[in-house]
Amino acid sequence: MEKNLDINALVDKVMERIAEEMNDSAPKEDNDHFVSEESSEEMQEEIAIRTSNIPNPKWEDGVTEIIESTPARIAVWRAGTRPLTKTMLKLRIDHAAAVDSVYGEVDDKLLDEFSFIRIETMYENNEEYLKRPDKGRIITEDGIAVLKEECIAKAQVQIVVSDGLSANAVNANLRDVYPSLLDSLEINQLKTGTPLFVKGGRVACMDHIGEILQPEVLVILIGERPGLLTSESMSAYMCYRPRKGIVESNRTVISNIHKVGTSPLEAGAHIGTILKKMLEQKTSGVKLNI
Amino acid sequence: MNTKTVLLGKTYQFQDLKEIMAKANEEKSGDQLAGISAQDAKERIAAKYILADLTLSDIRSNPLLSPEQDEVSRVIDEGINERIYSEIKNWTIAELREYLLSSIIGDSEIKRISRGLTSEMIAAVTKIMTNLDLIQAAAKIEVTTHCNATIGQKGILSGRAQPNHPRDNLTGIKASLYEALSYGIGDAVIGINPVIDMVDSVKDILSLTKEVMTKWDIPTQNCVLAHVTTQMKAIRNGAPADMIFQSIAGTELGNKAFGIDEDLLNEADELIRKEGTAPGPNLWYFETGQGSELSGEAHHGIDQVTLESRCYGLARKYNPFIVNTVVGFIGPEYLYDTKQVTRAGLEDHFMGKMHLLPMGVDVCYTNHIKADQNDMDNLSLLLGAAGVNFIIGVPMADDCMLNYQSTSYHDIATLREVLKLRPAPAFEQWLEKMGIMEHGRLTKAAGDPTMFM
Repeated sequence: MEKNLDINALVDKVMERIAEEMNDSAPKEDNDHFVSEESSEEMQEEIAIRTSNIPNPKWEDGVTEIIESTPARIAVWRAGTRPLTKTMLKLRIDHAAAVDSVYGEVDDKLLDEFSFIRIETMYENNEEYLKRPDKGRIITEDGIAVLKEECIAKAQVQIVVSDGLSANAVNANLRDVYPSLLDSLEINQLKTGTPLFVKGGRVACMDHIGEILQPEVLVILIGERPGLLTSESMSAYMCYRPRKGIVESNRTVISNIHKVGTSPLEAGAHIGTILKKMLEQKTSGVKLNI
Repeated sequence: MNTKTVLLGKTYQFQDLKEIMAKANEEKSGDQLAGISAQDAKERIAAKYILADLTLSDIRSNPLLSPEQDEVSRVIDEGINERIYSEIKNWTIAELREYLLSSIIGDSEIKRISRGLTSEMIAAVTKIMTNLDLIQAAAKIEVTTHCNATIGQKGILSGRAQPNHPRDNLTGIKASLYEALSYGIGDAVIGINPVIDMVDSVKDILSLTKEVMTKWDIPTQNCVLAHVTTQMKAIRNGAPADMIFQSIAGTELGNKAFGIDEDLLNEADELIRKEGTAPGPNLWYFETGQGSELSGEAHHGIDQVTLESRCYGLARKYNPFIVNTVVGFIGPEYLYDTKQVTRAGLEDHFMGKMHLLPMGVDVCYTNHIKADQNDMDNLSLLLGAAGVNFIIGVPMADDCMLNYQSTSYHDIATLREVLKLRPAPAFEQWLEKMGIMEHGRLTKAAGDPTMFM
């Protein structure tokens, strides 16, 4: 397994760090009203497992220090050689949430609210989607007809949203990331095409859509493979003149968009800026100077 | 070479060895994705029947990828002991299977014939073995290796401490490492996957782990799993590395996708021998996993079991200290569910051991594959019975950097108790000295990472 991260991922991590530093330095009040009730509960749960279960630690003060240094599930203690019950159940609930997200559905009302036109890939069903990534890159005949008849062609900016590997990611972030992206495009005086939702999409379905609609730049907001820390992480893949046969290094990506990662509001604004640079420089991916 | 059989009144005719090898595989989504798998169970068994009657020389004289075309093929072919091969070349694959399972055949006999077997022959016999066959045959083979300390003896189960951190935070890595050590984990290696593949951060992590090892006098070895070229630069800049890591593939093209070739591995090998911090002689850590060649479009229409075996053929040239198949990481398009992951884990472990490699397995899953932690409990127990050299230890099995689940510090400690296995001898002595283990069992003090603070 190649666990080493590629250059895009590297850029992401750096951006993630910058975003974190920005979050850290932002006044607390500014962040508070973005935190929904649900997420405060989650945070409390998070805090609950972050307490040590070690009954008589050799160095009491050390316990807090190590717990604060990592999100890893440490200082958890044991029953014999097995984990304590609550620690074990916490792992299982986090996994259940992640799995739910893979098999979940994007909320119809949400898509209606922003007037997204719906199309599908050849994914057929969830099982086939997971087994055949190639099918998630091709739009169905029906979808192609919709693109040709109902959508604006040759737009400056084409916005696409897809469930990808996490419907939760779309449900959790779209309300923040999409309006802030539209605002940012308006500020930059960029015109958008028809907003599209692709069910069963893989990142490269943008190439097929690009082939048909021929926008100047395209951004796809897509659910990432869920982790246990969060199942709500979304990525934005952007490409200048996307078409079939494009190589991965031609895409620009912002990943880790969720409420405790890169904030969805900031991400929306950031995407707008990057798209503008793509249009100016007429390129994307590794050749783009950000 | 026969390519035809009649089964249940139906004639099955295959084109060539490549097709027979692919269709004889147990069901794998990766082979289906490549479009080379059997259509149904009957066709699968028909291919197994034909394969069972082919001879070792049939396999060798019908190369799936010729040595002229591919350097991995060349490395495998050059490594064969011709005298031993000529003694067994008329054996059928069925005879090879029955030889390995025979009650009078043990470690030394298998080690001898191993020198005459190509990776394709080992893959072939794997395809006609059941899960329990794979466990029993692998359990006969003892592969010990030495870097700073020796692991792999019969009755020993080692653990890799994998204290990854999502931002490579050194304090965080150290905290998770202390937790590992307090459960008796870390005798295979203290190995960290870095977030950022850069020379300075690799050097920092190597220095940190070395510092902990020196301070507490721990008989183990360190490694940072960056790209080989990054590690080489770090070592040349004075980073203390006991061994060198690289992911490898079963074809030259696959390795190209990983940014490596034989020349680069040779260069790294020379460097770690001259400038590494451990005596060796085993100074490599390789990782593999079924499906990586297909994912890199470098599979040449060959099935994923055979390609995996070829990884081991390449690895054996470098006498590694540890080899790890990361069996459930790649995703459902290659291994769809628990059943496929379990089978692949047992296949990989067996094939690696048949190459006389010190096999470990990352018993793991991602969240989009049909598996859960109970399945990891099961597979790790099966591999413990098969004599796996080491498995992976992650806090509560949840790797907060790589976003997947593996096996935990608790799991390794439990497997040792249930299967009556012990940590590597030098490491166990150290655990006793630290008051973490007594007579092979964890003490009351175990599980408290603050003992190292």
